[in-house]
Amino acid sequence: MLPRPEVTPLTEPYWSGLAAGELRFQRCHACGNAWLPARDQCPRCLSGSRTWEVASGGGRIISWVVYRQAVHEAFAERVPYNVAIVELDEGPRLITNVDAPEEDLAIELPVRLRIDEDDGVFLPRFTLAGRR
Amino acid sequence: MRGDVVIAGIGHTAFGKLPGRSPTSMNVEAVRNALADARVEKEAVDAVFVKYPTSGHVPMYGQVVAEALGVQPRIGGVWDQGGATNISMLSFAAMAIAHGQCDVAVVTTADNPRTGTRQAYERAWGDDAVFGWFGTPAGYAMIARRHMEEFGTTHEHLGEIAVAARRHGAANPDAQLRSAITLEDFARSRPVVDPFCRDDCCLISDGAAAIVVMSKERARQLGVPAPVPVLGFGQGQTSWEVAQRPTLTETAAAVSARTAFAMAGVRPEDVDVAQLYDCFTITVLMTLEDYGFCTKGQGGPFVAGGTLQLGGGLPVNTSGGLLSETGMPGMQLVLEGVRQMRGTSANQVAGARTCVVSNQGGIMHTHSTLVLGQE
Ligand SMILES: [Zn+2]
Repeated sequence: MLPRPEVTPLTEPYWSGLAAGELRFQRCHACGNAWLPARDQCPRCLSGSRTWEVASGGGRIISWVVYRQAVHEAFAERVPYNVAIVELDEGPRLITNVDAPEEDLAIELPVRLRIDEDDGVFLPRFTLAGRR
Repeated sequence: MRGDVVIAGIGHTAFGKLPGRSPTSMNVEAVRNALADARVEKEAVDAVFVKYPTSGHVPMYGQVVAEALGVQPRIGGVWDQGGATNISMLSFAAMAIAHGQCDVAVVTTADNPRTGTRQAYERAWGDDAVFGWFGTPAGYAMIARRHMEEFGTTHEHLGEIAVAARRHGAANPDAQLRSAITLEDFARSRPVVDPFCRDDCCLISDGAAAIVVMSKERARQLGVPAPVPVLGFGQGQTSWEVAQRPTLTETAAAVSARTAFAMAGVRPEDVDVAQLYDCFTITVLMTLEDYGFCTKGQGGPFVAGGTLQLGGGLPVNTSGGLLSETGMPGMQLVLEGVRQMRGTSANQVAGARTCVVSNQGGIMHTHSTLVLGQE
C-alpha cells in the first residue's frame, strides 16, 4: 500500500481538491505570493491572510530522478520510477511523477496536470505537454 | 582573530562496523585520543561541543557526553546542522575562546548508523512519500541532474571525484574502504537513483572523531607539540527544501567560503590541498565552483584528468573522504586537514601550507568552511 498522506486541517483543502479533480495552491491576500505545500502564513510577507486557488494545470520540469531500487516496500514493484520537481505556471513547486519514458525527460520541458487515483489516493501527476 | 586559535589535538575511533558501541562510548574514546595527541590533561577542558547522533535523539546529549567525560563545562551543548555541525561548533568554540567564555574546548562527533539505525538517511519526505520520494541520495541526485543538464556535466566527471577519493583511501591504513577504482569501474557500479550509482554515494559508518581547541598562547603554555592554526571560518545556510529552492545549482557554500576566505586572507589560488565534504560526488563538484576554484558550471572540466588526485592541480580528500575513509559526516575531514598542515598525512601533499575544509548538512541546506595554516 502506498504511504498515506497525513491530512490535517491545514492540508485538507489540498487533498479534497484533488479528489474533486482540482490541484489547489495557496495565495497570499496581502502580497499576492503563491505557494505549495500548505502553510499557515505567507513565507514572503508573513501574513496569515490567504486563500486557495485552482491551478491551470500547466507547468515545467525543474529536475527529476529515476529510482533503480526501492527505499520503501510499496515501490518495490514500481522500480524503475521517476520523481520530478515541477513548477506550476502560477509559481508553486511540487514533488510529483511524470508519466513519460525516462529518455524523453529533460529540464524545462512543459508538462500538463493529470490527476490519477492510485491505490485509493488522488495524486497530482503530469504528462509531457509537447514532444521534444 | 586569524591564527589566534589552534587545533591542538585530533583523535578518532576505528571506522566501519562497531557493533555494541554506543555513540557516547565512541565520543569518549575519540576525545581521549585527541587529548593524548595534544598532550593535554582532561582537567584543562572547560567546554564540550557535541554533534547529535542521527541514530537516536537523546535530550540534553551534550550533558550526557560531558558526564561520561567527567567534565563540568563552562559552555557547550549540541548543535544540529547535519554534517556542517563540526566546523560550525569549532567556529563557535574559537569565538568563545577569543572572548574569554572558555579556555580549552573539545569538539566531538560520534554516530552508529551502520550497526544502529540508518533511518535518518532513508526517511520519507513528508506527504511526498506517496510519490516515492524517499531518502537523502535522491535529494542530491535531483540537484546533480539539474547541474548535468544545465552545464553539460557528465557522470564521468562525477567519477573523477570518486576515483580520487578511492585512490587516497586505498593508501590510508585507517580507511574503511581500501580499494582504488578506475573510471571504467565507476561506470559499471550498481545504479541506485539516477544519475547516481553506488560509487557516487558515501559509506555508512559507525565511529567517532574529536578535536581539542584552544588559543595559540594556551597551546604554548601547555606545551602542545603540533598545534595547527585556524586561519578562518564561515558558514552559510539555505532554508528551502530541495523542491522549493529557487536555484538548485548554487549553494550556501559560496557565502560560507567568502566569509572564511576573507577572515583568513586567502584566495582559492593560495590553497594547496582541500578536504571537501563528499557525501555524494556532486557535492565536491559544486563546492569547487562555489568556493571559486573554477567558475559556475565548469566543475566538470575542472576535475577532469585527475586534478583532484595526489600530484594533480588540487589534491582533494587526501584521506579518502566520506566516499572511502568513513561515511562519518565531516569531522574526519577536519582531522585530515590538520594532518596535512602537520605534514603527517598518508597522502601528504609536499609543501602544503594552506588547507581548506568544507562541511555540509542536509541536502546542501547548511555549509561551513574552515581554513587551516601552519605555525
Ligand atoms: Zn504575502
